[in-house]
Amino acid sequence: MLKGHQSWIFRQKPVIVSTAAVVGPFEGRGPLGKDFDIVHGDSRLGQDSWEKAERTLLEEATSIAIERAGLTQEQVQFYIGGDLMNQITSSSYAARTLTIPYLGVFGACSTSMESLALSSYLVSTGGAKYVLAGTCSHNSTAEKQFRYPTEYGSQKPPSAQYTVTGAGAAVVSMEGSGPVVASATIGRVVDMGIKDPFNMGAAMAPAAVDTITAHFRDLQVGPDHYDLIVTGDLAKVGHAIASDLLDKHNVPMHKTRFKDCGMMIYDYENQMVQAGGSGCGCSAAVTYGHLIRKLRKGELRRILVVATGSLHSPISLQQSESIPCIAHAVAIEASPEPEKED
Amino acid sequence: MPNSKLKKLTPVQQEYQLVALRRMPKRKVALNCLRAFLVGGLICVIGQGIQQAMIKWGGFEKANAGDPTVAILIILSVLLTSIGVYDKIGQWAGAGSAVPVTGFANSMASAAIEHRSEGLVLGVGANMFKLAGSVIVFGTVAAFVVGIIRLICSGEG
Repeated sequence: MLKGHQSWIFRQKPVIVSTAAVVGPFEGRGPLGKDFDIVHGDSRLGQDSWEKAERTLLEEATSIAIERAGLTQEQVQFYIGGDLMNQITSSSYAARTLTIPYLGVFGACSTSMESLALSSYLVSTGGAKYVLAGTCSHNSTAEKQFRYPTEYGSQKPPSAQYTVTGAGAAVVSMEGSGPVVASATIGRVVDMGIKDPFNMGAAMAPAAVDTITAHFRDLQVGPDHYDLIVTGDLAKVGHAIASDLLDKHNVPMHKTRFKDCGMMIYDYENQMVQAGGSGCGCSAAVTYGHLIRKLRKGELRRILVVATGSLHSPISLQQSESIPCIAHAVAIEASPEPEKED
Repeated sequence: MPNSKLKKLTPVQQEYQLVALRRMPKRKVALNCLRAFLVGGLICVIGQGIQQAMIKWGGFEKANAGDPTVAILIILSVLLTSIGVYDKIGQWAGAGSAVPVTGFANSMASAAIEHRSEGLVLGVGANMFKLAGSVIVFGTVAAFVVGIIRLICSGEG
């Protein structure tokens, strides 16, 4: 329950009963390829539009997560999700397929942890028995909506990020076994005046730092409380800036490992992704595919996932507005009793 | 960043701009110029080759051989765009593949392909000039202005 200014601490910890991650071919060729449940060979997924492909990614991830939890759609009370599309259509259309009562949320790329935090809160108060959290993004839909047509031959600067084609979903409940959600910190909107959409890492880094420091302050813990602190999609540039800022605030980040989902998902040597990955699907697929697997195996005990989002629209940027950003942090711990699974 | 832009920001934001700038990876300007020169030049050489071929074997005069040349370059560019190669060339070559007529064709073809899912009229028709449209608008305006200046200077009426 409320701890400090903006954090929730769960005395009885909600359990992440099951997770699923579905990605496109490019992500499948990355270093985490084997940790995803489905790697599609075709980024269009056999659909006739990119938007439908994105929706299909989410539908697959959510249905695998429900099935893996040993549930049917009727047994899940609520679905909380969002994505990057205008009017979060991917999530809403996926919710139409799922027919689960639906709460659409938007926090750009931070939606992954926003939905997980809300789901955890909902089950912890008894508001639901099972809640599904899921987000997705698709490289081509994001290119189309935020940048240029996918086949347009423009040169991207080295600070640009590559939107991940992928979806991640999790079922949260107070019962069952699996990694647990220990606490969550809801971020403020931070705007440091960056206007360049090809430098979102620099725009989002201050938001990540704000939420990380707020989390430590509210919970009265330090970085050493966690084995791993991972930001959502700051990529190379943003992650370096965030490290600089945390250093400046005298946060002893050297006592833990500090990584970034956008840097973990791609192979910089062989994949042309500029600074790294971004998108709702980035932190969702890495957390629900890779990190949860490590927590289940006991290779990680306690992690803090800080999903970052930049809340601009193409129109706001054309009107010379700067990029407001947000970050939400969720602390996930390995299940108290070790389990043997996959 | 110029000072005029910095002035609109709060002191904290101003300080952050400097922090962010330090970590901003440098664009490889010299390398980009070289690549643009090579690729842009290569496209022009290909164009020149086609033009020569048109004059030699196609039965065109030097004055009108440009038309089929441009048409062939546009077709090549549209082909490379539709098989998903032109954007890769664009990332490597930068302005080298954007400035010639092939770049213009790419901007139209890519927008047309992208918006095909929204239908022929409201999708392809309405969005095809999304990127190229401003080139045409300002090109026409510039031509108009230059034309008027020429009219005034030459004193013809």
